[in-house]
Amino acid sequence: MEAYFDNAATTKTAKEVQEMVNRVMEQAYGNPSSLHRKGLEAGQYVKEAQEIIAKTLKVEPKEIIFTSGGTESNNMALLGSAFANQRRGRHIISTRFEHASVFKPLLFLREQGWEVTFLDVDARGMIDLEELKQAIRPDTVLVSIMMVNNEIGAVEPVEEIGKLIKSIDPDILFHVDAIQAYGKWKLSPKRCHIDMLSVSGHKIHGPKGTGFLYIRDKVKLVPIIHGGGQQRDMRAGTENVPGIAGLGVAARLMYTDHEEKMERMRAVKKLFVQKVTELEGVVSHSGDAPHIASISFHGIEKGEVLLHALEAKGVYCSSGSACSSNHPAISGTLKAIGLEEEELHATLRFSFSVYSTIAEAEYAVQVISEELPKRRAFVKR
Amino acid sequence: MEFKSFLIKYAEIGTKGKNRYVFEDILCKNIRSAMKRIDGRFLVRKEYGRIFVDCTEEYDFDEAVNALQHVFGIVGICPVLVVPNMPWDALANEIIRFMDESYERKDVTFKVNCRRINKEYPMHSMDVNIEAGAVLLDAFPELKVDVHKPEVMINIELRDQIYIYSVRLPGPGGLPVGTNGKGMLLLSGGIDSPVAGYLVSKRGVNLEAVYFDAPPHTSPQAKQKVVDLARLVSKYAGAVTLHIIHFTDIQEAIYHKCPEDEITIIMRRYMMRIAQILAEKNDCQALITGESIGQVASQTIFSLQVTNAVCTDPVFRPCIGMDKQEIVDIAEKIHTYETSILPYEDCCTTFVARHPVTKPKLKDIEASEALLAEDIDDLMKQALATEEIITVW
Repeated sequence: MEAYFDNAATTKTAKEVQEMVNRVMEQAYGNPSSLHRKGLEAGQYVKEAQEIIAKTLKVEPKEIIFTSGGTESNNMALLGSAFANQRRGRHIISTRFEHASVFKPLLFLREQGWEVTFLDVDARGMIDLEELKQAIRPDTVLVSIMMVNNEIGAVEPVEEIGKLIKSIDPDILFHVDAIQAYGKWKLSPKRCHIDMLSVSGHKIHGPKGTGFLYIRDKVKLVPIIHGGGQQRDMRAGTENVPGIAGLGVAARLMYTDHEEKMERMRAVKKLFVQKVTELEGVVSHSGDAPHIASISFHGIEKGEVLLHALEAKGVYCSSGSACSSNHPAISGTLKAIGLEEEELHATLRFSFSVYSTIAEAEYAVQVISEELPKRRAFVKR
Repeated sequence: MEFKSFLIKYAEIGTKGKNRYVFEDILCKNIRSAMKRIDGRFLVRKEYGRIFVDCTEEYDFDEAVNALQHVFGIVGICPVLVVPNMPWDALANEIIRFMDESYERKDVTFKVNCRRINKEYPMHSMDVNIEAGAVLLDAFPELKVDVHKPEVMINIELRDQIYIYSVRLPGPGGLPVGTNGKGMLLLSGGIDSPVAGYLVSKRGVNLEAVYFDAPPHTSPQAKQKVVDLARLVSKYAGAVTLHIIHFTDIQEAIYHKCPEDEITIIMRRYMMRIAQILAEKNDCQALITGESIGQVASQTIFSLQVTNAVCTDPVFRPCIGMDKQEIVDIAEKIHTYETSILPYEDCCTTFVARHPVTKPKLKDIEASEALLAEDIDDLMKQALATEEIITVW
């Protein structure tokens, strides 16, 4: 049996998505910018994807800009809005547990002279709205908050945050990194006062190298990729037509029978967390996200060794976040929520998808219960 | 100047008596397989103590030179202009063209050195030297003759065709791989062992390699890294057969049963034992390691003595007298360094003790190994049964 529980890193590409990507590559290979009907045909696929996605967010199709993925969406939102608003002010607010694709662009902006306030999070990974309120200044132009943390699944109250920001200063832009959130919630940027929202395709069974940024109609960004004027000059470069069409299919699938899918996912997570924490010395730091479980295993030296032991039995998970697994540096999020040194090294992330089953969760717990004692025998003497 | 041929110079193999032909044939074969890695068609031919590589199709000069610089046994690579046998007046023009197209600046000192292998050619070599010098000086008045230390040496070889060359690019030296048996390299994924493999293969030795895989303590990435390193070494050594042995159970047994400070040295002894068995099975005459005296606890002279005690074949340790930086310099030269420093744990770092022994005594270690007596034979058998073989080139 196999249990792929690393869906926060990436998901299996849906069959329907594969078929769409294939079909576009085979038949609609035109360039949307071409004037002939091959161009028009390709352009239709882009338009259709835009419409599907816009509908899932209850926004206008023209407010969707396609990108190469979550990282580019975040970069475009942060750098683009910072540059566009620098006359108004150069202060940005974010949190201590952002993904590197938000954190690093903010550090870059700081080097260029912007000021950035990073808000703390509590033990559950939640920001303090009062602290946010205090941090807002007359020269604040942007607040960027991750809706669902990728490592522990903590869920920030973006609607309240949006209302709070706009009640203080309606001109402050609100960016939400929704890379782990899109597909799991019915998001409404308008209701939550979100100006920009980043999404990645491959987290929702879409193709890698796809994603989009929702940009509210009246918001002006400076583009970060310059060229041939595609996508209303916001993001130059020939559109990744097969990828975009595939992303559209993935979005439609996620939001078909959505409630039912989420309920199934929640049930798998709930059972997994419940069963695995019944084992001795196993605790959960998981937030409310339906797909992410963060589990610490006491008495093992390194989560990574357990990870490979599980892998040998077909159970796939991550240490911290897959994006940072290659770096020996400790997970920022786990530190931010106040984990002890020992737990930092011994925490694994299990993340689920709409394809995950109860049987897989039971199998994974079974494998963990077999492998954990063996790994505990190997603590440094 | 666009060259269509290379003249290959080799040194040591010229001195090996009757074996010379065997050596030359192997060198030609190795050159052929090196040139197969790059675009273009190349004809490798042997002629009167010279090897020529003719480029019969469009090719990239730098790429071809780079490929040749990976073939042990080559000491010099001369891009050469080949023209058909022709009378002197015509040849003089070719010599002028060669000078003109090869050197942008003409304010250099030069000398002409002719060899006449084709005794039918109507001019003696000394006359060619003099005449060629004269026509070059006429054509390029900035040139100066210096017969003792010329900056440019124009070589003209009169054979069934005529060869003109002046530049000699360095080859890697050494002896052609395949002229000196085979060695079993213990490849760890660190900086030293690929360098050791390179250095031994430079002396004409074919390589096989063994990697001890220890999942789940090591990752699939660590294993892939070793495969990648073997591939990098194979650019010099030719095809390398990599044997991957699942070593976890032996390691865990040692960990559970033996004194903590001796874990590494005992582990090394079992690795050597397995390498020794694989060496015999695969017709290798020696083991090769990247050890360097005193680099870590398991590489003190005392530890080496204890490790060596389990081997019957000679163990070549070409890095033995090198400082780390010297090893790193070679690793950078052969492009293994960047791969070696990727941060994946190998099996040695996982089980390392806080204070390992630095002066182990053979008797003590043997006594500790006796603690494994109950099941070590089975574990060794099982480990050998896990052997996975990957050939890279």
